[in-house]
Amino acid sequence: MSAIGIDDIQGALGVSQYEEVGEFPVEQGYIWTTCSSVENGNPLFWDPDVAEEITGGPIAPPTMVSVWFRPHHWAPDRSTPGLPLQVHFDLKEGLGLPEAVMSDNTIVFYEPVRPGDRLTTRQILKSVSDEKTTKLGTGRFWVIDVEYRNQRGDLVAVESYTGFGYRRAGEEVGA
Amino acid sequence: MTTPTLLQGSVSVGDTLPELAYPVTATTIVLGALAARDWRPMHHDKDFAVNRNGTRDIFLNTPNLAAWFERYLTDWTGPYGRLRRVTFRMHGSIFPGDTMVFRGTVTDTGVDDTGCGWAALDIAVSVDGDPKTTCTATVALPLDAEDNPWARSGDRWTP
Repeated sequence: MSAIGIDDIQGALGVSQYEEVGEFPVEQGYIWTTCSSVENGNPLFWDPDVAEEITGGPIAPPTMVSVWFRPHHWAPDRSTPGLPLQVHFDLKEGLGLPEAVMSDNTIVFYEPVRPGDRLTTRQILKSVSDEKTTKLGTGRFWVIDVEYRNQRGDLVAVESYTGFGYRRAGEEVGA
Repeated sequence: MTTPTLLQGSVSVGDTLPELAYPVTATTIVLGALAARDWRPMHHDKDFAVNRNGTRDIFLNTPNLAAWFERYLTDWTGPYGRLRRVTFRMHGSIFPGDTMVFRGTVTDTGVDDTGCGWAALDIAVSVDGDPKTTCTATVALPLDAEDNPWARSGDRWTP
C-alpha cells in the first residue's frame, strides 16, 4: 500500500496493482443464498439440466463477481488483505483529500463464472482529472478498473469505478 | 429442451418492463448483506446506522442491489438473456419499511459486428417515486430459437 501523490499519477496510470487471489473458490451455496435474497428464480441457477443445456453447466449470477473477493469476517492466520479498491484510498491519502464518494460503477461481463472457479483480481488506475469544484467541495475525479480473471486466465469481468475525492468547501459544521 | 422466451426481434425501443414492487424489511437488508458478504454494521445494526452513519435505519448494500437489478432484468429476458454491461448511479438509500419499485424501459436495440443481438435499457428502483439507484444495462438476447448468447466467447463476445 502506498499513497499516490500528484507526482506519482503518471507512473501509476495503466499499471496493474494489488493482484489478489480470492480467499475461497466460487461456491454453489452462496449462489443460492444470493438468488434467495432477491427471489431470483432464473432456472440457470436452480435447475442443473437447464444450466447444462444453456450455459454448459452451472454458473454464478454475473453481478456476484465482487462477492468472491469479500474476505471472511474472521480467519485464522490471515495476513491483512488490501482493502477492496485500495487504489482509491491510495489516491485519497496521496492527494490529501479527506472525503470521497463513488459516483458510478460499471461492470462489463465476459466469460461466465462457475462454481469451483478461483478468481484473481487486480486494480488499474485509468485516469485522474484536474482539480474541479462541485457542490460537495474541491477535488479530483478518478476512474479505477478492477479486472477479474479465472484460474485459466480468462477475463470474467471488469468493474470501473468513478470516484470523487475532495475537501469540503468553507466551514465545516458537524462531522 | 428450454426455448428462449424473449427474442431480440420482438423488443422495441419504448417497451416497458413489468413493474416489480417489493416491501423491504430488516430481513431483506440483512439477508442481502450476508448474501453479498458485506459484514459492515450499517447493513445489520440499526444503532450503528443511526448513530454513526446518521441514517434513519440500516440500508440495502450496493452489491445486493446489483443482484436485484439482475433479477429484474432476467425475469424479463428468461435464462437466455445474458448481461453485457451495467452501470449504476446511487442517489439514495433503501430502508426497512420502504416499498421499492423497479421500472425499466428499452432505450435501444441492435445486432453487433459479431452477430450478437442486444437491447439497452434504463432501469430505476424508486421509493415513493424518488429514484434511489438508476441503472443502464445492455443485455444480449437470442435472434431466433436456435441462437444462444451464452454460446459466445472470445472474439464472438464483445460486450
